[in-house]
Amino acid sequence: MDNTTTIDAKSSVKPPVSSVGVVGWARANLFNSWFNSILTLLTLLLLWKVIPPFVNWAFIDSLWWSTSAECKAAEGACWSIIPAKYRYILFGLYPYDSQWRPFLAIIILIGLLFYSRNRAHWKKSLAYAWLVGLILMGLLLRGGILGLASVESTLWGGLPLTLLLSVFGLTAAYPLGVLLALGRQSEMPAIKSICIIYIEMIRGVPLITLLFMSSIVFPLFLPEGVSINAILRAQVAIIMFTAAYIAEVVRGGLQGMATGQFEAAESLGLNYYQTMRLVILPQALKIVIPPTVSQLISALKDTSLVVIIALYDLLKTTQTTLSDPDWMGFSSEAYIFVALIYFACCYFMSSYSRRLEEELDTGL
Amino acid sequence: MNDKATAADNQLSDDAIIEIKGMHKWFGEFHVLQDINLTVQKRERIVICGPSGSGKSTLIRCINRLEEHQRGSIVVDGIELTNDIKNIEKVRTEVGMVFQHFNLFPHLTIVENLALGPIWVRKVPKKEAEETAMYYLEKVQIAEQAQKFPGQLSGGQQQRVAIARSLCMAPKVMLFDEPTSALDPEMIKEVLDVMIDLAREGMTMLVVTHEMGFAKSVAHRVLFMDYGQIVEQNTPDEFFDNPEHDRTKLFLSQILH
Ligand SMILES: Nc1ncnc2c1ncn2[C@@H]1O[C@H](COP(=O)(O)OP(=O)(O)OP(=O)(O)O)[C@@H](O)[C@H]1O
Ligand SMILES: [Mg+2]
Repeated sequence: MDNTTTIDAKSSVKPPVSSVGVVGWARANLFNSWFNSILTLLTLLLLWKVIPPFVNWAFIDSLWWSTSAECKAAEGACWSIIPAKYRYILFGLYPYDSQWRPFLAIIILIGLLFYSRNRAHWKKSLAYAWLVGLILMGLLLRGGILGLASVESTLWGGLPLTLLLSVFGLTAAYPLGVLLALGRQSEMPAIKSICIIYIEMIRGVPLITLLFMSSIVFPLFLPEGVSINAILRAQVAIIMFTAAYIAEVVRGGLQGMATGQFEAAESLGLNYYQTMRLVILPQALKIVIPPTVSQLISALKDTSLVVIIALYDLLKTTQTTLSDPDWMGFSSEAYIFVALIYFACCYFMSSYSRRLEEELDTGL
Repeated sequence: MNDKATAADNQLSDDAIIEIKGMHKWFGEFHVLQDINLTVQKRERIVICGPSGSGKSTLIRCINRLEEHQRGSIVVDGIELTNDIKNIEKVRTEVGMVFQHFNLFPHLTIVENLALGPIWVRKVPKKEAEETAMYYLEKVQIAEQAQKFPGQLSGGQQQRVAIARSLCMAPKVMLFDEPTSALDPEMIKEVLDVMIDLAREGMTMLVVTHEMGFAKSVAHRVLFMDYGQIVEQNTPDEFFDNPEHDRTKLFLSQILH
């Protein structure tokens, strides 16, 4: 009888103070053994040595809107290089007076990307919006109609080039990678071996080699007089490279699928394509969202390798800026600036993927 | 309930819907099915039992070609199963299958699970397919779960959904591979009840199960398999009361204690 009274659902006994709050947390996580206590103290010391000087340099002693001469005399960071040079960093050799065109193109792209973030917007109209948007961006960059001066693609550079290579590269590489993964699982020996050879060959070669090949070796095979735009060649190399890696990630997802799913789909009478499209891929691709996004993020950063075939991507325009005698020596500032741009792009992708994962979570 | 289920016994039509003749199957060197001969009449209900590894699953999986046989012939509803993929797909639309582990599609809601086959295989308009889906969900008494995902349902509910999913294709034959053996005991009955209803409506059924109560009340015929052969087949009464073969007796003594 007594026992029943001891079980009280609304117990008013509080946990001991030392196990909750800041003190409790610090005790449990930072000072729970003498070794961890030493590590904690060392870390605090290190942070003390690093953070205040950095804050001083970046925010207190820094100059934001000065001339380069003033900068050279100053102690802190010279952020002035960015307002002075941002047009070149962002747009490279693109004719100065027409730089509103790539700017507008980027705005359209960012607009489309943000609009596409919401899965409720994934309808047919979105595909048309992308199509129109892409054509518009191409026309803006290229010019030559509607009174816009024509701009050679050799002058395209900076952020538009990086985004162009990335967005096209990733959107083309992803479906290609999925097809390669399916091909690799195929029961038809010819298709299977072609896919395996392709994937293994591409993965056995660094991207730089592919880029060199696309710019030096590949043109040798073209008939005389035919030349393919350098950007297009780099684009193809990036797509081929990324697709091979995506393919392996997706293959992992396919192998993780239970055979029961294939059997259930088949026993309903669905054919191979329907089974894959409606049952297997939606699940397999969902499982591999995190590694896929890692691949896509690294592909985005790899676009900076196109400098070696003389394309002026964002990183290259930054480097070139730093060879301006007036602004030499402020590389930290300029690189921090481009790093932030890269970070914003990558963060967009990873936060989007996290959201997608949550939305697609169906509890199994 | 049981009486009603057996009441239809006498009205067996005598045109066969499944005809298996001299069928053999190997897994590599392993002769898993040996000289199987089996004719199933329309509206007939057959229970298949036998020890683990005797080839029960393999046999019914051959009927919708989830497994390929190597010798002999299998004809389902007038269509012979060969390598012709079109024929295989046709047979699969006529033959529903229910698995031990339900195999619902976890990324789709319950109603989408049910409507998928009709929409893509039978080319039924989406709205109509969903109405049919709701009809069968009512029938297995789970309509209120239509918008949930499979992961949110209990095992018994999932298996009832799986049965409804097959029924949405309006199959002529239903295959069941141990539909209740992955379920907790308290959920077995709700699934068996659905199957008994189905039997009462005259569905042709092949059921691999060790639920002997179900076999007694619903089956026209009980098959006993061992080592890849159909060792014995008989009406449930004869099968349980007067088993002929020693292996059958041994098996029955093990499962009916
Ligand atoms: N894909 C396969 N490859 C090789 N051997 C297999 C394969 N599938 C089944 N087998 C073997 O074939 C035999 C029959 O298997 P089957 O699944 O048909 O048995 P079962 O009668 O359904 O048994 P259980 O009651 O355990 O389900 C078993 O010995 C099994 O190990
Ligand atoms: Mg089995």
